[in-house]
Amino acid sequence: MQGTAMKNEKFLNATSIFRSQATTQTSSKSVRGESASPVKKNIKIKVESFNFYYGNTWALKNIQIAIKENNVVGIIGPSGCGKSTFLRCINRMNDIIKNTRAEGFIYIDGKNIYEKDQDVVTLRRDVGMVFQKSNPFPKSVFENVAYGLRINGVKDQRVIAQKVEKSLKDAAIWDEVKDRLSDSPFSLSGGQQQRLCIARALAIEPRILLLDEPASALDPIATSKVEELIHQLKKEYTIIIVTHNMQQAARVSDFSAFFMMGELIEYDATSKIFTNPSNKITEDYVTGRFG
Amino acid sequence: MRRVKDKMIHGLFFLNGIFVVAILLGIFSLLVFTAFPAFKEINILDFLTGSIWNPDAYLEPSYGIVPMLVSTFMVTLGALVVAIPIGIGAAAYLSDVASPRVREVTKPIIEILAGIPSVVIGFLGIVLVGPFIAKVFGLSNGLNAINGSILLAVMALPTIISMSEDALTSVPSNYEQASLALGATKWQTVIKVKIPAALSGIIAACMLGMGRAVGETMTVLMATGCAPAMPKGFLDSVRTMTSTIAIELGEVAYNSTHYYALFAVGLVLFIITFIINMTSDIILHKYEKVHR
Ligand SMILES: Nc1ncnc2c1ncn2[C@@H]1O[C@H](COP(=O)(O)OP(=O)(O)O)[C@@H](O)[C@H]1O
Ligand SMILES: [Mg+2]
Repeated sequence: MQGTAMKNEKFLNATSIFRSQATTQTSSKSVRGESASPVKKNIKIKVESFNFYYGNTWALKNIQIAIKENNVVGIIGPSGCGKSTFLRCINRMNDIIKNTRAEGFIYIDGKNIYEKDQDVVTLRRDVGMVFQKSNPFPKSVFENVAYGLRINGVKDQRVIAQKVEKSLKDAAIWDEVKDRLSDSPFSLSGGQQQRLCIARALAIEPRILLLDEPASALDPIATSKVEELIHQLKKEYTIIIVTHNMQQAARVSDFSAFFMMGELIEYDATSKIFTNPSNKITEDYVTGRFG
Repeated sequence: MRRVKDKMIHGLFFLNGIFVVAILLGIFSLLVFTAFPAFKEINILDFLTGSIWNPDAYLEPSYGIVPMLVSTFMVTLGALVVAIPIGIGAAAYLSDVASPRVREVTKPIIEILAGIPSVVIGFLGIVLVGPFIAKVFGLSNGLNAINGSILLAVMALPTIISMSEDALTSVPSNYEQASLALGATKWQTVIKVKIPAALSGIIAACMLGMGRAVGETMTVLMATGCAPAMPKGFLDSVRTMTSTIAIELGEVAYNSTHYYALFAVGLVLFIITFIINMTSDIILHKYEKVHR
């Protein structure tokens, strides 16, 4: 708890956007009680020789990356470089796009999700996703969050109500919506809608959260709320966040991956990427010389 | 110059609109004026609530339209019970499950179905559906409400399917993506997200289908047996408002009470279909507003 409070303080303090890796590494524990040791984290996602094609467009080129449990990884890069594509490969949302092809391996907890016997429905229940443009269902606030539970066959109304409340609390929006659970989500502000979408994704207790520019349509205050939330959530989830806002990547992520034209140019601790990148192109990008 | 042209086109469309409204009003007033004299001899309450329609009775002709209201209602309701689940299911299948190839083949077929003349459908009712119903229920003949319902369902289906499919395809794809990303299956997504989101469009489709069923004449005339008595169940022969008018108007004495009464029936029918169409229009507009 203390660690979190400290982090928030730092986060609110605009001058110190880089947090020391040491604090993060030790302060978070695996909540799921898996074999993770508190000091050295497990590799949660491992991508190997991964290529992705839209028809003839080679959108991802030979990607290699390993992501540790309970880390926040920021994906940065100029628009069209394949950030969203990469994210959608991790929960196989690209499967619904016609005429696409994936090559290579993405292991989650050691299992290749592109194996033939992988059930995408199970995969997507484990790997939650929040989209760039908030997209609540045209149902009540409550039903939006309850949806994932209902399709998972949860029938007990008490259980559903409890989990909805917990998810809304975890998404730091409970206080704002607790009196309007039966209202339409479209009466909420943009930032509230986005946090509602995060709550909806949390309700089915995924292990990984994919966030595709979750704050790009939000004002600064709403953005800072979402960023604060990401700090809270990393205690329980492994998070990959796409952003083309460099400050945001610097503020929220432990590691950063810089993509360009479908290639992963550099992947390192965020503080290193932003202060002392090894690659010249990365340096040009993070210092704002292009993109 | 451009503005003059714009104005002219605008005016043309405006005239078109006026013309259509004028025709509608014309029909309505014709019905009202021709129906009106009927009520010099018939008590309007007896007309609306009477349960016997027997204008040819020698001593005391009766003009109660309840049997034909009930008949029309039964046949329509039956048609909707058959057509709505099949129609929505087919629409969901076409919009979300079918491969593009299947869709390409199926859509024109459905449109052709919409163009089959009603007399042909009625014919099928006599030679195909009727004997089948007679066999299943052990009746002497199969010309009854169920037969009419099935045929009207067939006629309403193309409207229901193609309009519902349009409504489903116009549901924003980000709802679908959100649902799939939560681990919902395709069918769960269709049933729990897309159909509710498209509901007003689907309801409007069903109402239009219903409008068609209420007003359809030839098919029910051929397939329902047309006994004028009050029907007791779906296996009874029924005579709808439309078939009553079609059967009797050709034989009735011009300007007799019976003649006017038939126009009064027509007026009731007109009002009913008008209400149905208005309602579906209002629902459809509401739907367009919600989905920007
Ligand atoms: N649905 C699609 N069909 C075809 N090409 C696509 C599709 N989505 C993205 N692309 C292409 O793949 C590349 C990467 O896109 P994307 O992952 O959306 O980039 P980013 O999120 O980094 O802006 C771009 O060249 C884009 O045009
Ligand atoms: Mg993108």
